[in-house]
Amino acid sequence: MENNSKSQSRRKFIRNGVRASLLLSLGAVSVSALRKVSGDDYVWQIDPFKCTQCGRCATECVLNPSAVKCLHAFDLCGYCDLCGGYLKPDANAQSTAAENQLCPTAAIERRFIEEPYFEYHINEDLCIGCAKCVAGCTSFGNGSMHLQIMHHICVNCNECSIARVCPSDAISRVKASEAYNVKGDFTNNPEA
Amino acid sequence: MRNQLNQNKNQNSFGLRIPDIRHKLKYLLFTFAFFLFTFNLSAQKQRFPKPEFDTGYTQPTPVTPEPRALAMEYFDVLVLLLVLAAATYFALKSRSRQGILWLSVFTLVYFGFYRNGCICSIGAIQNVALTFFDPAYVISLTALLFFVIPLVVTLFFGRTFCAGACPLGAIQDLVVVKPISLPKWLNKTLGLIPYLYLSLAVLFAATGTDFIICRYDPFVGIFRMDAKFLMIVLGVAFLLMGMFVARPYCRFLCPYGVLLSWMSRFSSRHLTITPSKCIQCKLCTHSCPFDAIDFPTNEKEVVKSGLGPKRFITYALVIPLWVALGVFVGAKSHTFLSKANQDVYLAELLIAHPELRNDPDNIDVQTFLASGKPMEQLVSEATAIREKFYIGSMIAGGFMGLVIGMTLLNTVVFRKRQDYEPHKGNCFSCARCVDYCPVEK
Repeated sequence: MENNSKSQSRRKFIRNGVRASLLLSLGAVSVSALRKVSGDDYVWQIDPFKCTQCGRCATECVLNPSAVKCLHAFDLCGYCDLCGGYLKPDANAQSTAAENQLCPTAAIERRFIEEPYFEYHINEDLCIGCAKCVAGCTSFGNGSMHLQIMHHICVNCNECSIARVCPSDAISRVKASEAYNVKGDFTNNPEA
Repeated sequence: MRNQLNQNKNQNSFGLRIPDIRHKLKYLLFTFAFFLFTFNLSAQKQRFPKPEFDTGYTQPTPVTPEPRALAMEYFDVLVLLLVLAAATYFALKSRSRQGILWLSVFTLVYFGFYRNGCICSIGAIQNVALTFFDPAYVISLTALLFFVIPLVVTLFFGRTFCAGACPLGAIQDLVVVKPISLPKWLNKTLGLIPYLYLSLAVLFAATGTDFIICRYDPFVGIFRMDAKFLMIVLGVAFLLMGMFVARPYCRFLCPYGVLLSWMSRFSSRHLTITPSKCIQCKLCTHSCPFDAIDFPTNEKEVVKSGLGPKRFITYALVIPLWVALGVFVGAKSHTFLSKANQDVYLAELLIAHPELRNDPDNIDVQTFLASGKPMEQLVSEATAIREKFYIGSMIAGGFMGLVIGMTLLNTVVFRKRQDYEPHKGNCFSCARCVDYCPVEK
């Protein structure tokens, strides 16, 4: 009986010792992680100046349709009649007819402002983030159309599945307090 | 820049005499071009200036909806704490299966369908791993708390996190219909997979390659009601399997379960099957769908076999061999594993198939070529990553060898047990056995 209780207490001692060391190692892990911790939350966002309009944003997002949408920085727009983001380069006519539109889902709405200016408005519900208009606007126009991750749609995955396959590493984590890189406010020149 | 331009223009039209204007306009154009080239050298050029509207058109501002408020993230931590406290109370104090059942329904709804299975403690392993190995990575406090809190609670009260606070556990627990008991050897063998999954997840996270736990989470597609076809198939397959082999993900895959089971083995308190003295009625063994109840040891059989100590020494001596084998396998497989990294993959692709440089359809290759990054830089980066993989996979292999050796050693260790007891490492504290136990308080 005495022997039994001795082994019992020894087992208890070992168990307590291991528990204490586990607790210590957990503490060590959290303290060393705490040195790099941020109270701010992080979200994923596209750097429009790194984006090469490869089209993967439309297909690689875990959501369908993608949380990436075209954002129109009106500040930079030239309000052109002949819009490189709206019309196909080989369009038959400069009209709103479906066959002339570059956007595969007709998500860009064209509104007449005054001669000869037109406003281009993105219908977010229709946009799939394919970047066709971005490519057109960037190569023929001012580049006012660009892709951004919309945070009311994005589920903020631990690792963004688009960022993993982005060929130009344009997607990175940004602070949630500065969640957008809107062209115009956001430049690729840190001094500007 | 446009503002600067406007300022200049104002100065010109108001601050200068008329004959000067033409001359100054030239100067102005020159400054404009100067600014254009210095500030916007690599930026997008504004080819078409913004028009000045006559009709009083007001320019709309782009809509940028705010992400989820930070306070809500901390609210999630609070909910986790409350759910853990409730699960611990139901498992240890009030001994109520009903309570845990409804708690897991809540967890499924809140952390599962409302929070879309993200943030979760299982995935937080990778954030913590990356924090240690990537100096540029900053972990958010919520992710760290989601990693640490369940482990600490488990260290004191057993795996009550699995019982009530994990949405992945909850969804599987609710579909258990007719659980079958797996043979012990199969349970032990399949039980090695989580260790492998954990070491691979840490390896891939630490090298900045991939977050495989999140990417291959079988249930996140169900929580989101949206995923790639194969992931939905995987999730449904796990649920169908889970009707008969209870909680297959938790038992045979979950990498966080490894850490939890280490903690739980040494927990100061743990769920008990009986409130007082066990009457050896064996009812509880039929109640546990996870084969997590240990039977009383049959001492006669152990003594008769007589192989205990001898085998123990042999198995203990073999452990270093297992570790060496693991390191060897790890070292051999590092080239293969490192291919999961995008940089390594691209470098290898370009070296092995230089003709792909002319393939206009290969987006990765074309983007790399257009970026102007020299090939030598890509190769040196890829080599550095492969070097990390070399060390990392040797450590992971050694760890796996140690785990296999220890598991074998454990099969020949006989612990004296008089009663039916939950296996502290494997028990999820779901309290099914508590419900079955006929002993009154």
